[in-house]
Amino acid sequence: MRKAIRFLVNDTLIERSDVTSGETLLDFLRLNRGLTGSKEGCAEGDCGACTVLVGRLSQGELKYETVNSCIRFVGSLDACHVVTIEYLKSDDGVLHPVQRAMVERHGSQCGFCTPGIVMSLYALWLGNPAPAAEDVETALQGNLCRCTGYKPIFDAAIAASEQAKAQDDRLIRNRDAVKQKLLELALDRPVEISMGDDRVIVPEGVDDLADTLQRHPEGRIVAGSTDVGLWVTKHLADISPVIFINHLSELQKIEELSSGLQIGACVSYTDAISAITMHFPQMKDYWFRIGGEQVRNMGTIGGNIANGSPIGDTPPPLIALGAKLTLRKGRERRTIPLEDFFIEYGKQDRHSGEFVEGIDVPFLATNTRFEVYKISKRRDEDISALTGAFLIELDGERISSARLVFGGMAGVPKRATAAETALKGQTLDQSTINAAKQAMQSDFEPLTDMRATADYRAQVAANLLERFYLEHTGTAAQLNRRGKAA
Amino acid sequence: MDRPMATPDEARFEIRGGVSAQQPHDSGHKHVTGEAVYIDDMPDLAGTLHAALGLSTIAKGHIKSIDLSAVEAADGVVGILTHKDFTDCNDISPTGKMDEPVLSEGDIRFHGQPIFAVIANTRLRARHAAALANIEYNEEKPALDVGAARAASYPDVTEPLTLRHGEPHSALKSAKNRLSGQIGIGGQDHFYLESHIALAVPGEDDEMTVYSSTQHPSEVQHMVGHVLHVPSNAVTVQVRRMGGGFGGKETQSNLFAAIAAIAARKFKAPVKLRPDRDEDMIATGKRHDFVVEYDVGFDDDGRIEGFEADYWARCGFSADLSGPVTDRALFHADNCYYLPNVRLSSHPLKTDTVSNTAYRGFGGPQGMVGGERVVEEIAYALRKDPLEIRKANFYADDGRDITPYHQQVTDNIIARLVAELEESSDYQKRRNEIIDFNADSPVIRKGIALTPVKFGISFTATWYNQAGALVHIYQDGSLHLNHGGTEMGQGLHTKVAQVLADEFQVDLDQVKISATTTAKVPNTSATAASSGSDLNGMAVANAAQQIKARLIDFATEKYGVDTEQVVFEPNQVQVGNQRIAFADFIKAAYMERVQLSAAGFYKTPDIHWDREKGTGRPFYYFAYGAAVSEVSIDTLTGEYQVDRVDILHDVGKSLNPALDIGQIEGGFIQGMGWLTTEELWWDKSGRLRTHAPSTYKIPLASDVPPIFNVSLADWSQNREATIRRSKAVGEPPFMLAISVLEALSMAAASCADYKVSPKLDTPATPERVLDCVTRMKAAHE
Repeated sequence: MRKAIRFLVNDTLIERSDVTSGETLLDFLRLNRGLTGSKEGCAEGDCGACTVLVGRLSQGELKYETVNSCIRFVGSLDACHVVTIEYLKSDDGVLHPVQRAMVERHGSQCGFCTPGIVMSLYALWLGNPAPAAEDVETALQGNLCRCTGYKPIFDAAIAASEQAKAQDDRLIRNRDAVKQKLLELALDRPVEISMGDDRVIVPEGVDDLADTLQRHPEGRIVAGSTDVGLWVTKHLADISPVIFINHLSELQKIEELSSGLQIGACVSYTDAISAITMHFPQMKDYWFRIGGEQVRNMGTIGGNIANGSPIGDTPPPLIALGAKLTLRKGRERRTIPLEDFFIEYGKQDRHSGEFVEGIDVPFLATNTRFEVYKISKRRDEDISALTGAFLIELDGERISSARLVFGGMAGVPKRATAAETALKGQTLDQSTINAAKQAMQSDFEPLTDMRATADYRAQVAANLLERFYLEHTGTAAQLNRRGKAA
Repeated sequence: MDRPMATPDEARFEIRGGVSAQQPHDSGHKHVTGEAVYIDDMPDLAGTLHAALGLSTIAKGHIKSIDLSAVEAADGVVGILTHKDFTDCNDISPTGKMDEPVLSEGDIRFHGQPIFAVIANTRLRARHAAALANIEYNEEKPALDVGAARAASYPDVTEPLTLRHGEPHSALKSAKNRLSGQIGIGGQDHFYLESHIALAVPGEDDEMTVYSSTQHPSEVQHMVGHVLHVPSNAVTVQVRRMGGGFGGKETQSNLFAAIAAIAARKFKAPVKLRPDRDEDMIATGKRHDFVVEYDVGFDDDGRIEGFEADYWARCGFSADLSGPVTDRALFHADNCYYLPNVRLSSHPLKTDTVSNTAYRGFGGPQGMVGGERVVEEIAYALRKDPLEIRKANFYADDGRDITPYHQQVTDNIIARLVAELEESSDYQKRRNEIIDFNADSPVIRKGIALTPVKFGISFTATWYNQAGALVHIYQDGSLHLNHGGTEMGQGLHTKVAQVLADEFQVDLDQVKISATTTAKVPNTSATAASSGSDLNGMAVANAAQQIKARLIDFATEKYGVDTEQVVFEPNQVQVGNQRIAFADFIKAAYMERVQLSAAGFYKTPDIHWDREKGTGRPFYYFAYGAAVSEVSIDTLTGEYQVDRVDILHDVGKSLNPALDIGQIEGGFIQGMGWLTTEELWWDKSGRLRTHAPSTYKIPLASDVPPIFNVSLADWSQNREATIRRSKAVGEPPFMLAISVLEALSMAAASCADYKVSPKLDTPATPERVLDCVTRMKAAHE
């Protein structure tokens, strides 16, 4: 057992035996290390001004990803390499190609968002030698700029990729040495730090996690901290004793079985992209509308389910697909249909000392049609006003089964059972869809809030079913940016 | 960037970074490395304390009881501030109306009103302590918006204005066509990326130095002086840069500076106050939302004959800048159009909400949206392209050149600008294609619109149109520049430094730009109203010319040449037949005891404004522009995207085309956000529920049109003698985004075959667009 969190910040080894449960990486960098290049713009992982890279060991590889340091906890950084904006300029004062391009293309005005933007573009530059405009958009989904209108930043991203190549970058050159160092730092887990009443626990493996939860059933499990981070920064919540699980490689696996995907609870949205888009191409655009890049790098599918939100992005499509959830307590496991996990607003079927271990997602049968749609005020990096996920099984022209699942329409992700009944056994045509739309009015009593009125939610929920049908018939019924369709 | 370094004896054809060079932002290389220092990045002085605010949790009522004992007893707390600590003056109203308490004295006037501050040894401890207050209220029902305030007969927060020209009443009666209606125009949060912050450092005797993220250091100086009850000469306010301002830091910085200063004096230590994003958005003012009621009479060509409009504004609990903001709304209701018979009235209404304030355009955008709605209504009534109606109503020379405030428009270039843009953007062809597309597309519909902008430049508070600068040349020939303007990202320091470099014909890197401080240039105006370069550029030029005059006198005397034989050439001075390196020339002047420092000054000539009569020349000149936007909407969900934007904009003779284009692109996208996804939403009890980026949606990179062509009208130069004949650029491009709103309207109107005026209110969220589509479909059936 260790009594300190160990990680690297740029070239410096940090060993902290005084970490508390709610200490954020951004505060640590700015207040403790004097690294003030990373800024606090929102303290909720939305503006990206605090963006840094975190290198982590994942399935034996060292991966660098952008994260929002404002909602990343220091206790979750054991055996990680934090790379800040201060690391980019060379020791002899030469700007990094991304930085140079940003200056030359007039990519900064007030400059406050700029360090975060540079870090996001740096990650893009490391991973994509020839980004298209769409790639730049995706890389910047988690970065707000209020001054420039982004156009010069696009130009800078493209220009940087033309100026120099990533193989000469020091993060790439030093990759093996850093990986070796992180492997050493990861030794001697679990880590447990007590400061007064406050306790931080980093379990050694998933069995250790199970045991730890038996001892601390009140323990707060934190994986990506994209939600719990806000409890701390916005609501000043005390999350001790906190158990960080984002490093548990056993929970980061995606197994491809013959029947479907088995997704570990700590698989991040980013880690899941290739498997999801390969097996469920209908979810590709949707997946890239979950948060911004930083949030997708941090947030986990297990966390998105376990926190029980009625507007989480993954439950509606996963329920439509018939996913099952595996929960574990000690050495015992149980598997339930995902939809049964959500009991009512704020209440889930998770027992004391139990945790979400994984999700099983069955592949689509050949005679099915599946789509998922998200409606939000702003296309990207927005919380949905509502989400509709539809799966129908066809027997010839007849609908043999239907699963219509909505987020944002009730206190939990919820199926439109009346509409499903109206579809079942009917021929898939406009009159059937009209009947289902009509029936759907009795399925929900949505709320009015800052994202949408109840009327809008009800009208659009029905219209999404219309869209589903129109797309089935080959009618263009969805916007497509950059002129790909429409 | 890749040009060779200067050598002292090298004679180059032109200097690096002079006027009109595409010079990058002076801090660009520091922005990208994180080395640019914002106030929260400054290393803490020993003993620095941190303040946090306690905000009211109701919108209207009175404090019944307040118990702060748990706050005071919390870990790390050194003390608290209440209104009782503001013994001399508990007011920060910028216009002297005494209607804006720093901390509540018992009355609660909006949700989020500051009631107390707690001071602790860390910011986190202060925030934790602030949450422990136990406050009970007698709650009353608030009037939150224009409708509720009118229903409850709420008063105006400040004197309203009426502009009148011609005989609107009879013109309306006699017009062949007449229509009336109303539009709701939403507000906007500034969402500068750097929230408000102030750091107050007590000095000797009564002195106080305040580092404030403010567009108006002189006003912060005055406010801090008032609350501390010390003269202005005891208070120094400094700002090197802001992480964005947009008007949100013109008056709203006062609160934070006043509290930090009182706390610094009380606890005899430096005190920093940085609210978090949510507190910043809840407790500080925003762009005014408006309801505009209009009545217009017009002929069969759409030519306006009579026009009346009432501009009702939600001002919040106090006046703040609502007077000049609502005035400017009226000044821009005409936009580019001659209104021969017109009455425009403002109604700056008090509401039980945060006090609205300056925001890029300063009421002008709302005025213009109201006016453009009327043009759009006329077009749909006559079944014409709105562009035809626009052209029919443009200001023109034949007597159609008097504004509703009786200023003659003498520099009108809008017809040429619009004609060029119409041509270069292929507007007519694309419009026809879109109409064809819509006829065959059941779900996705498109729209296109070309809208113009004419924006008046000058503070309508005439005395604000003055500026100062301080220029030193040191013995080694290096230049130190200071002026009264503040840098919030717009590149003001860069432009002004370019002016100075150009005056002396030295490379820009010879000029050191220094932080704005009230100790170097006094009595400055806010950096606002797009005036920064116009005013401060001229003041710097004036300072430079004073020094140059002395240098020329020195040279004629020392070298025995005539005045015209002394010429400032790139990095050298030609004196008769000799060329002397600039640094050597300066050194020689110093040895002859020439004063190498000057305070420059400028005041805008020829402007005057009689508010009582509603007549005058409030604006020195106008800046023009036009934009074409093309959009697609989804008629099932109301979702939309902006597909293409073409802009042609007038900045006169540009001081720096790169920075000007940055202002145009950035202003357009910010305006687009205002009119589309940026929605401020209060719940019934008066709590703002969109107070962070998770709920308040400003544009992202993926909202930028994939085709975005921006050009400067390079043939334009200012007819007035502004600095190098340039024009102001900060605000005018913001209003180019009205083209997006009208393109969305057209896409929706396609659902009724363009026969019904779509009356799309703002912000045009997907929900409002779907509502509009639904109304159009219903009207068509």
